[in-house]
Amino acid sequence: MKPDFIDRYSRLASPVHQLAAGPKLLAGLALVLLVALWPGAPWRLLGAVAALLLALALLSRIPPRFLLRRLLIAGPFALGVAVLAVLQPGGLQIFIVMLAKSTLCLAAMILLTATTPFTDLLAALRRARVPGVFVTTLALLYRYLFVLADETLRMRRARMSRSFMPARAHHWRSLATVAGQLFLRAHDRAGRIFAAMSARGWEER
Amino acid sequence: MHIPDGFLDAKTAVTTGVLAVAGLGLALRRVRQTLPPQQVPLLGLAAAFIFAAQMLNFPVGVGVSGHLLGGALAAALLGPAAAVIAMSAVLVLQCLLFSDGGVTALGANLFNMALAAPVAAWLVYRSLARVLDRRLAVALAAWLSTLTAALLCAGELAWSGRVGWQLVFPALGGVHALIGIGEALITALILGAIVAARPELLETSVATPRRDVLGLGLLLSLGLVLFIAPFACPWPDGLEKVAAQLGFEQHGSTLLKSPLADYAVPGLKWEGLGTIVSGVIGTLAVFALAWAVVRMMKVRGKM
Repeated sequence: MKPDFIDRYSRLASPVHQLAAGPKLLAGLALVLLVALWPGAPWRLLGAVAALLLALALLSRIPPRFLLRRLLIAGPFALGVAVLAVLQPGGLQIFIVMLAKSTLCLAAMILLTATTPFTDLLAALRRARVPGVFVTTLALLYRYLFVLADETLRMRRARMSRSFMPARAHHWRSLATVAGQLFLRAHDRAGRIFAAMSARGWEER
Repeated sequence: MHIPDGFLDAKTAVTTGVLAVAGLGLALRRVRQTLPPQQVPLLGLAAAFIFAAQMLNFPVGVGVSGHLLGGALAAALLGPAAAVIAMSAVLVLQCLLFSDGGVTALGANLFNMALAAPVAAWLVYRSLARVLDRRLAVALAAWLSTLTAALLCAGELAWSGRVGWQLVFPALGGVHALIGIGEALITALILGAIVAARPELLETSVATPRRDVLGLGLLLSLGLVLFIAPFACPWPDGLEKVAAQLGFEQHGSTLLKSPLADYAVPGLKWEGLGTIVSGVIGTLAVFALAWAVVRMMKVRGKM
């Protein structure tokens, strides 16, 4: 798994990329708050925001395919709730407004994270006085997420190459063993990381 | 059950945001006081583990597969406060980088899945792990925590006036009562695998004193009172059902004209507000009483 498949284009050199991470994060959050929490159906506001986001996306020189593909992922949960909303009287309008708002917010966040390296966002959080333990946790999660994901795939491949397709109960049990083993490896890795961090003078309270 | 942007209104977003920030703050303070420094990197690695384990798909049947949610597993492995932090990190990253869950709904998602789920799971697990097999204890904890998170989510959506409670409660509750069974099985199997290899890793969570979750437990009960109680109380039964459905229908049609009109149905709204206020006061009173009793017992124990 490529470690940068999620923020592959975050280090380009467009005007949007060169904005400082902190103000960009604030502006992005403000935009999302405005869109999501504005009551009713403010179509003019939504149109203006859509135009602004489109202009920024063009300015950022990120391949449109990358942005669109990320925009089109709709979770089954969102769809389920939206269907429920349609079922009630007058639900169709509520549904359309919900969909428009959530799509715009999604686009704003995708644009923000696609044009900002995650480490810069973490630095902005730290400057905003988010507690250090939490920022460290986020940083380690981001750093090791792809390492552990690779490890998971490797273990699963190893298991599949050594065994026939098992019955379902067996399948569950062997997947659970993989997951349990993954935790033990993560736990031991955390110990080694602590030693390495301490050797480099890490101190966080 | 990651709620996207636009599914919650302002009052729900702000309320859940306040609850989530308070919970995360409490958990961080508790961790700073009790976690040895060499365990701090484990928070990040455990979060990465939950994230990676969520990628493993378990076959359920007829082309359907499920995956781990992880709240109960994190609570059983790390203890309540550390589990809250690890799960919060997972949700924040999912929101920022993977567009899974909205920014304005981050408070609600954090509260449901990173706070209520692990805390409820830990309370059950910690109580039962002494008397039952650990795997059975964690299975019950996982089922209950999944259902708790789903019902809170349903309450928040209904509170926002986007979907009627009579629709969203059975839908989310029913689906997650089933999903919870899968979650219970997976969690128990994974915990069993860890028990077999390194049983000593599981002692920290069980040995965590209950006072660690006093604040988190209070927040969980506040959430239940705020988001579920106002709907659970006017739950219709028998003959009242028809009338109540009529009332709900009216409520639904007012949403069409102005989704923002909070006071459109004054009777219902104020009744709900009254329920919430009395519920909050009741919760606080019970907690104050429990705290005082524990305090008194401790003083006596010292003497």
